[in-house]
Amino acid sequence: MKEIKNALVVDNKLISPNIYSMTLDIKDIAQKAKAGQFVNLYCKAESRLLPRPISICEIDKEKGRIVLVYGVVGKGTEEFGNIKRGESIEVLGPLGNGFMIDETKRKNIIVGGGLGTPPLVELVKHLKGEVDVYLGFRSQAMLIEEFEKIGARVHIATDDGLEGFKGNVLELLKNNNAVGDIIYSCGPKPMLKAVAGWAKNNNIPMQVSLEERMACGIGACVGCVCKVKEKDEQDWQHKKVCKDGPVFWSDEVVWDE
Amino acid sequence: MNKENLNLKVDIAGVELKNPITTASGTFGSGREYGEFIDLNQLGAVTVKGVSSIPWKGNPAPRIAETYGGMLNSVGLQNPGVEEFIKNDIPFLRQYDTKIIVNVAGKSIPEYCEVVERLSSADIDLIELNISCPNVKEGGVTFGTDVKMAHKVTKEVKRYAKQPLIVKLSPNVTDITEIARAVVEGGADAISLINTLLGMAIDIHKRKPILANVVGGFSGPAIKPVALRMVYQVAKAVSVPIIGMGGIATGEDAIEFLLAGAKAVAVGTANFRNPRASIDVLEGIKEYMKLYGIKSLDEIRAII
Repeated sequence: MKEIKNALVVDNKLISPNIYSMTLDIKDIAQKAKAGQFVNLYCKAESRLLPRPISICEIDKEKGRIVLVYGVVGKGTEEFGNIKRGESIEVLGPLGNGFMIDETKRKNIIVGGGLGTPPLVELVKHLKGEVDVYLGFRSQAMLIEEFEKIGARVHIATDDGLEGFKGNVLELLKNNNAVGDIIYSCGPKPMLKAVAGWAKNNNIPMQVSLEERMACGIGACVGCVCKVKEKDEQDWQHKKVCKDGPVFWSDEVVWDE
Repeated sequence: MNKENLNLKVDIAGVELKNPITTASGTFGSGREYGEFIDLNQLGAVTVKGVSSIPWKGNPAPRIAETYGGMLNSVGLQNPGVEEFIKNDIPFLRQYDTKIIVNVAGKSIPEYCEVVERLSSADIDLIELNISCPNVKEGGVTFGTDVKMAHKVTKEVKRYAKQPLIVKLSPNVTDITEIARAVVEGGADAISLINTLLGMAIDIHKRKPILANVVGGFSGPAIKPVALRMVYQVAKAVSVPIIGMGGIATGEDAIEFLLAGAKAVAVGTANFRNPRASIDVLEGIKEYMKLYGIKSLDEIRAII
């Protein structure tokens, strides 16, 4: 039977303003997890009922640990940020389906935006061939070393130009005349939509990891839906981001929002 | 019979549940997801997510917003339709020794009747008429907040129902007892309550409602006092069995509902926080019975 488990917090440190990296000692999840999956973290405060879905940034199967990089965006994640090393947290996972890794692709393009960046770290570890990572942030970049350690080339765009290219990640892709056989991406929906349009024009297949407000994270509540095409833009269905996703092919998503 | 010799059986309109625990419609799918966390054989009944005559796409996302001690949803009864339900979900649930309660959604009286007629030949135990969903524009709560309409839809649907009919009431009314009496006069064999309360949450940074549908159904521990009060009032007003729900997360919560007059209870939103919630509630009830030497829940039911 599946169950919510208590995980030891091995580390929980601030890595960027309002962004934490939490390492959990949780063998069972580490052994099953794949790149692009997520876990539910549960708050101790009973007033905060719903689990917070957090993507898995790195998996260490040998040590039985996972790394979660999360932003403080509300009271729940603020509570997580205050957890000290040595304390424990309730966790369920791994949840969802990860990226569909295609090892035959020679040139991989990775596109990440802000808090969508973390799950791409584990993904890059499993790719064969060249990897170019394009990351967009408002002002301050993160996780660059993690990507470089794996041997990926990292290209940064920031809205204010404080780091790397001044502009958004799509402008950076165009500016660099990026070419590739496949794109894997995660980030805010407007960014994914824009890059999906570029990918379509350049005939590059693209996977997108979507985010939506969830209640259960296990496919029961039918809260976290996105529109996925059956045949065309008009013929679509609401699919569950948690259970059917979070990764979809960009050309099956209806990008109307 | 369990080894503690506790009698947990309850009779809902002639259908015997092995214990008073079921699930609140819409929080448990058809049990598949939770079957990976708990033994569904342990539940008195599984109440499935609402089914309609044809597939419904539901409302746009975001559909979920957390609030203090509770949550809002505006799912809008997304479901694959009654045919798919019969084909896929009944055979799944029938593998388990638990009763099947099917929640029926509709936008009009003929649509409710169509689903109920289709289910009349299906292998299910009870029908729960959903006249209380706040998330659909037509049907749903518009039937559940009008005494005459509630009476009429119950009476019409009852003609097609082969299984006993439960009517699920909306709390979004001034006098819940009026509606309860109306559906019982219309032929309801049992009543379940409460459905969600109409609520709202706003993102002050975006200055927009969190839910795409603007408003949604409020559920979770925060609504328990309202639910309990309404179960108490309805138990005094009618004599049919009541399935109580609204914020139940522990055995203690469930005991409150039984004391207030519920025959059985449903666990809903608590499943999202704790996939074992329904079993934990059952265990909590047993603990309470042992603590006070109670052999049968009839000893404490509706004594308030």
